[in-house]
Amino acid sequence: MSRHRHQHGKRRCCRLTDLQPGERARIRCHHTQGATRQRLLDLGFVPQVQVDVVRRAPLGDPIECQIDTFKVALRLAEAALIEVER
Amino acid sequence: MVSVPVSKKTLCVGLAGQQNAGKSTVFNMLTGANQHIANYPGVTVDKKTGYCIYQGVRMEVVDLPGTYSLTSFSLEERVARDFLIHDKPDLIVNVVDASTLKRGLYFTFQIMEMGLPVVLGLNMMDVAQKNGITIDIPKLEHHLGIQAIPLIGRKRIGKKDLQDAILATARQSERSMLSISYGELDQDIYALQQQVVEAGLSATYPGRWLAIKLLEGDNEAERIVNGALGPDNQLVQSARRARTAFADAHYMDVADYMVGCRDKLASTIVQSCVKESRKDRVSLSDRIDMVVLNRLAAPIFLIATVFLIYQLSIVKGYELTQYWWPFLAKFRALVASVLPDAGMLEDSYLRSMGLWMVDSANALLNYIPIFLILFSLIAILEDSGYMARIAFILDKLLHSFGLHGQSTLPYILGGVFAGGCAVPGVMATKGIPDHRSRMATILTVPYMNCLAKIPFYTLLINVFFAPYKSWAMLFLSTITIFVALLVARLLTATVLRTTETAPFVMELPRYHAPTLFGVGQRAIERTWQYIKKVGTIVVAVSVCVFTLLQFPGIGQDRMAGFQQQMDEAVAKFRRDIQTGGYSSRLQDDEALLRLINVQSAYRAARLSVGGAEGARRLDARYETKYPELFPLLKARGDKDAGAVNRALRQLSSKRELLRRQIKEAQIEASFLGMVGRSLEPLTHWAGFNWKINVAILSSFAARESSVATIGVLYQQGADENKSLEERMGSEASGSNFTPLHALAIMVFFALYPPCLATTIMIKVQTGSYKWMLFSIFFPTALGFIAAVFIFTGGRALGLSGIQMMALFYALVVLLTIFTGLFKSWRAQPHRIQVEPTAT
Repeated sequence: MSRHRHQHGKRRCCRLTDLQPGERARIRCHHTQGATRQRLLDLGFVPQVQVDVVRRAPLGDPIECQIDTFKVALRLAEAALIEVER
Repeated sequence: MVSVPVSKKTLCVGLAGQQNAGKSTVFNMLTGANQHIANYPGVTVDKKTGYCIYQGVRMEVVDLPGTYSLTSFSLEERVARDFLIHDKPDLIVNVVDASTLKRGLYFTFQIMEMGLPVVLGLNMMDVAQKNGITIDIPKLEHHLGIQAIPLIGRKRIGKKDLQDAILATARQSERSMLSISYGELDQDIYALQQQVVEAGLSATYPGRWLAIKLLEGDNEAERIVNGALGPDNQLVQSARRARTAFADAHYMDVADYMVGCRDKLASTIVQSCVKESRKDRVSLSDRIDMVVLNRLAAPIFLIATVFLIYQLSIVKGYELTQYWWPFLAKFRALVASVLPDAGMLEDSYLRSMGLWMVDSANALLNYIPIFLILFSLIAILEDSGYMARIAFILDKLLHSFGLHGQSTLPYILGGVFAGGCAVPGVMATKGIPDHRSRMATILTVPYMNCLAKIPFYTLLINVFFAPYKSWAMLFLSTITIFVALLVARLLTATVLRTTETAPFVMELPRYHAPTLFGVGQRAIERTWQYIKKVGTIVVAVSVCVFTLLQFPGIGQDRMAGFQQQMDEAVAKFRRDIQTGGYSSRLQDDEALLRLINVQSAYRAARLSVGGAEGARRLDARYETKYPELFPLLKARGDKDAGAVNRALRQLSSKRELLRRQIKEAQIEASFLGMVGRSLEPLTHWAGFNWKINVAILSSFAARESSVATIGVLYQQGADENKSLEERMGSEASGSNFTPLHALAIMVFFALYPPCLATTIMIKVQTGSYKWMLFSIFFPTALGFIAAVFIFTGGRALGLSGIQMMALFYALVVLLTIFTGLFKSWRAQPHRIQVEPTAT
């Protein structure tokens, strides 16, 4: 078990909103519960999955992410609740 | 797993799958016409059941609600899950969209975990093929341990194979269905499953499923166990212990980990079974997005798109109505010829009501070319994938007013840029997943300028704002957007505050070229909704309005007065023609009336045909139909006939004048007229006289009727061939009707409640009469307050119409900008600080 702890210690954890367009990260967990979490999971925001931030909308919000080949748009408010590790 | 005995006659087959996987087409393919729709007990979710018989086995097919997954967060999910657990279907057909197999597998795994026999229906194989996706089906079957059948539900391809697979799977006694491994959690799951069996719960619930759900911390599963074993039972406790132990060891939520395991498995399967030959398309899509969603270029593309839609549908479509209108005019003439002939002064009710109905319908049907173009262009936007981008670009703006990126489509359909219809607009709100924004959209779409408001605006602008025509039109087409945003903001902050919301998580699909068939189908479908509205509601309501405008009618005395004037005119006509040779023929009243009616019909027909050739054909037709009357309609060198023709024209214009005067008197004395008059003390603050009140009331049926009503009410001078604009203008100068009055009316009209058809659609979409009534009364109050502000306020400040327009516009725009920037009212989702893990 200590091996895992060590591994996580090396990675940098942040929120999905902290990524700049063009950056890639791995989803660690959601800080949402219930329906919102389920909706994110259903559209592919699954823990341990790789996510690329493609761009921000012209007005800055929402952001476009790529998971596998899917492109998904989500608001900063929700993206801030997704914890990722670079 | 229990196999179904072959002797069992009815096989219960559940049809499950995610939304948009084409479940209902597969249902229709399997069951044909043998369907029965009811509700699930206690809830208003449709339960569709159908039957089919295959190789002597009767299959009962139950269509489950389409859901993304089988958790317990929404009503539909709970319904589907309860059916799977409690009704114990013999077999599940899991319909998945073959072009998005990976996401479909998330759902398939959830069913397989319930331990139910599954057949996988790979639907929409044609779409997948078109996208360059090939699926190795035997390999997929091998991985999952179930049969997978390619289907094209839309074309009814794959029915027999699916039925064969259902029977084979149901008869199979040994199954080697894939069991999903959760790595080191498998031990915990196994232990919990043993406890479930020991507790005697496995008879009712699938043991492994319950164990997994308990470990995930699913509320519903805990409730089930607590209900059976009492609170603080061993089973829930040990699940919680295992969960905490895992979380402590891995700094990871068990549920997240398990979802990740399923995702990895799905990825592995898809990687080995699915080949995508056209991955390069993705990069084309990316390249388009790089331009179209570029920070600077995006607004330019958006505005250009909207402008193009406006030009093609509204401007070009309006030109097309010139070619379309003659057909409608012919239809009216046809109806007029079938109905009883017109009387000298008064028509039979049958005739006047029939023509009233046709006129109401025609006014709306005239817009069909515009709608066909508009709806085709919108379908192109949707199918190509750009509509989703528009939602992406505009979401921030709309969200700050409580709306949603996907509110754009309903707004465009409703007529953001002067021309649309709220009925398809309200219908299109179906796609908005956020309930609060959806309600706000439904209630504000009617503020958009529907096509039917335009003639009324044009009329008033031409009379009162002629020097500032384009400014006034710009004012009207943009002020409604600002008001709609403000109202949406107000509603979401007040009455809709507690309504459920959902996150904005939206797929941005790849661009692809829309098909002619798909676009045509959607455009025709939406136009058909519009035609249905005209054919049913508008016609029905126009009858009511007709009745309210007709009765109780004017008294005998006044009618006798009009009759006397008519008699005098007839007497004069007879005097004028008595020297000629036609006099004896027209002594009979009936013959005279016939001549006048034929002449009116001829004149109307003459106006609607164009060109010398058309006119010749028309003449020929009338000459063969009415050989004895035609010389009087068109006197060719015959002196006597010429005299009759002149006198006849005088007589018929006198008749028309009298008929109009009767109509005005009738409206004034009618029920609607009485209501209009009784409202005057209130509405004079907004500058509305009773005529305007009547027009507003009658426009509730459909807005277009307001221009017709105004046309009747402002008719002095109509016999001198003055246009309605001139008539209104000349009457206005007499009665102190100023541009300020006109502005107040236009603004009221812009904010006025939706027409009846739209309110009914609001009832359908919100499922409540309460919201329907709200959608009627709130805009009335709002529009009235705005009109009073403009009229009374403008008077008090001594401002002219155009000055007040500028002032009002400035106020509304400033208010909108202020509300848009001021966001603190919105409950910000609490952001969780990411704790510095593992330091």
